[in-house]
Amino acid sequence: MPDTREITVTVNGSAYTEVVETRFSLADFLRQTLGLTGTHLGCEHGVCGACTILMDEDAVRSCLTLAVQADGASITTVEGLANEDGSLHPIQDAFRKHHGLQCGFCTPGMLISLAAFLRDTPNPDESAVRAAISGNICRCTGYQQIVDAALDAAANINAAGRS
Amino acid sequence: MKPAPFTYHDPKSVTDLVGMLNTLEDVKILAGGQSLMPMLNMRFVLPDHVIDINKITDLQFIHYENDRLQIGAMTRQCDLLSSDTILLQCPIMVEALQMVGHFQTRNRGTIGGSICHLDPAAELPVITSLYDATLNVVGPDGERQINFADWPLAYMMPNLAHEEVLTSIEFPVWQEPHGYAFVEFARRHGDFAIVAVACLLSVDELGKITKVALTVAGANISPVRLAEVENALIGEKAESDTFSAAAKTAQKIETMGDAYYTAAYRTRLVGILVERALKQATKRMNGA
Repeated sequence: MPDTREITVTVNGSAYTEVVETRFSLADFLRQTLGLTGTHLGCEHGVCGACTILMDEDAVRSCLTLAVQADGASITTVEGLANEDGSLHPIQDAFRKHHGLQCGFCTPGMLISLAAFLRDTPNPDESAVRAAISGNICRCTGYQQIVDAALDAAANINAAGRS
Repeated sequence: MKPAPFTYHDPKSVTDLVGMLNTLEDVKILAGGQSLMPMLNMRFVLPDHVIDINKITDLQFIHYENDRLQIGAMTRQCDLLSSDTILLQCPIMVEALQMVGHFQTRNRGTIGGSICHLDPAAELPVITSLYDATLNVVGPDGERQINFADWPLAYMMPNLAHEEVLTSIEFPVWQEPHGYAFVEFARRHGDFAIVAVACLLSVDELGKITKVALTVAGANISPVRLAEVENALIGEKAESDTFSAAAKTAQKIETMGDAYYTAAYRTRLVGILVERALKQATKRMNGA
């Protein structure tokens, strides 16, 4: 008999109650059980950063968290970054403007990591941005456009905060 | 679904946990999960039971009293990094933490998990060695204390019986004015170091070294405290020639080679980084 538990998790504002095998990762729970395939799985050992999500506001690796550990938690995935009216989060907007992606595989993790980073670090310089995404691997862009997008998003968030 | 099947447990107290450890066979304790989860995902470990201790909130604390900094084993690396107490009493830990993984892994990773996993190049065991910290361990027969010097038994194997758990770590922080430095060489930001060196150093008004601690990690299977180098440094002037001589002596420690880096390369790094750490610590001692 597989070891299972019933868990209740809030994902992007909606509550889900599901029975999961306790060995199920949060990433697989999001993708396979809830069908939220925006969260990507690359390395599955915490190195590539593609599976990064927000758990109770903290950016964490969903491949290194068990679904059962998210019981009672509030999760934000890339599907939940945009506003309810469909307008994009400033970091999403900036990625589009600066062409911060090519194949898009790393993008969900990049966006979540940077959204958390910019929330906690209002005026980052380039080296701080590069340190923040050091745990997210992109094999297409050479990071330049991603860094440009992050700095632009920071400026836009600050401008919006002042107005 | 990647890990092989296991039975999951999530005790809420240390008493419950010790009870489980005492009765269950083939157990792995899940702390922050930043090392164990990859090992489970890749099936390097196939435990029958996983005991998740994230719900034991009693193990998450930072206390400072009577020159001793006491940290609960389940205190997360992000909380250490943002703690004013740690910054004030043990700033070298903050410097080291910035090199531990990435902010996303520090949000889950814990100090106790790192010390028990005991990767030869991990940063937090280096700090634990540097202060000769005391590890508080609880098992079925009650509590016992271990000095870090007696903690590593072999490669990634702490002095911990399978029915015991690390509950807290006590750092006797330095009260005298001192400088500090944590330097490491890694190929990428957030990687484990190839070699890392940590240094605490006190200098008197004549510029002579009165107290010093040096630990090297990554060079061998567990962190190495450089006792011989420390003894030779006492009473010497804190200046370049002294540091070069110390670096030479430090290079006498045994180093390991692996598929990526030879022992000779690690020995070379030990010398460079010991010198760098001593210089940096002296600079900070002098307030520059």
